[in-house]
Amino acid sequence: MPVDGIHDLGGMQGFGAVAHSPAESAFPDRWQATARALMEVVAGAVEASGGEFRHSIERMDPGHYLTSSYYEHWLTGAATLAVEHGLVTHAELEARAGGRFPLSGPALAPPVADTGPDVGEPRFGVGDRVRVRDWHPPGHTRCPRYVRGKAGTVVRVDGTHSVPDVEAHGPARRYEPTYSVRFDAAGLWHDGQRGVTVHVDLWDSYLEPA
Amino acid sequence: MSERGHHPAPLSPVERRVAALEALLTERGLVPEGFIEEITRRYESEIGPLNGAKVVARAWVDPGYKGRLLTDGTAAIAELGFGGPEGDHMVVVENTPDVHNVIVCTLCSCYPWPVLGLPPSWYKDPPYRARMVREPRTLLAEMGCPLPGDVEIRVWDSSAEVRYLVLPQRPAGTAGMTEAELAGLVTRDSMIGVARL
Repeated sequence: MPVDGIHDLGGMQGFGAVAHSPAESAFPDRWQATARALMEVVAGAVEASGGEFRHSIERMDPGHYLTSSYYEHWLTGAATLAVEHGLVTHAELEARAGGRFPLSGPALAPPVADTGPDVGEPRFGVGDRVRVRDWHPPGHTRCPRYVRGKAGTVVRVDGTHSVPDVEAHGPARRYEPTYSVRFDAAGLWHDGQRGVTVHVDLWDSYLEPA
Repeated sequence: MSERGHHPAPLSPVERRVAALEALLTERGLVPEGFIEEITRRYESEIGPLNGAKVVARAWVDPGYKGRLLTDGTAAIAELGFGGPEGDHMVVVENTPDVHNVIVCTLCSCYPWPVLGLPPSWYKDPPYRARMVREPRTLLAEMGCPLPGDVEIRVWDSSAEVRYLVLPQRPAGTAGMTEAELAGLVTRDSMIGVARL
């Protein structure tokens, strides 16, 4: 079970061409609509936060994640949350499915007991130079791996939002401002392309002054 | 043998798993009657890129609206009646002759549902998510959107609560067109930023 999950794809190489299509229906097959609806049912029943929902997918086996479609991710996450919250058992799912029903791996981070204080006032303003903390949390985070340790410039200060790293692992919440931070491609990649900037939206506690 | 051809196709493994979870949750009284049909109808007919096209066309014909759209995207989009989940914190980024914007979500598939509908498969799949932040110039060219080397590319990774919409440039030769005609020119891809009009 990797700490840095397979979902964190920014900058990974070897995937090849994008299977681009100019238009497609929302649900090419009916099971996809059902899978979407079932996630809404489960997330509602267990009062899952956005972070808990996303983390239920991020904990999928990496091979399964990369070889299954978007709504199979939702199905796997929904079933995982349903089992973890006691709505159904894994044995019941496999009996009904008549075969294997792979679930996501366990959450590796415990519920956050002491969230620390909310951050009301932004620590940074537009134009400030910041550096992303270089760390590898065991649980959910919305700090992409490809910007960790990198320096950038704040271009926008957004409102205060619940920190995903906290809300994914229990009922506790902490609120912090988020920022849009601009990174020059040359600072992110050894082969960064000229004339490219990448903007990433980051919570206050992901950042330190540069 | 007379029933041959009337049997439905056998379910695939993923369909069997969906059916298993659906049956168990339904037995526990957790799936409201008609809920799955309601989800399907909502996402297939209520939201989609036509909404975003109306926003873009209005911005092209009304400079005051464009100013509001670039200052407070959420409020300006709500003026046209659009909003809701994944559209509560909208930021609109403007393409110019010198700047091209493109949106991605490297961590999952965040996307501005109220104005663009649900994301296409390719937006959710690994190649787009992996490559757009690393080699956007190459990937845009591959996807049919080659850009001159002196055009700055700004990539927006939707990693927190903001959802982005690209405001494409108004095509040349459209001075006489009505707002509704202009909306007809606006494609989903141009509002993601993988195409120019």
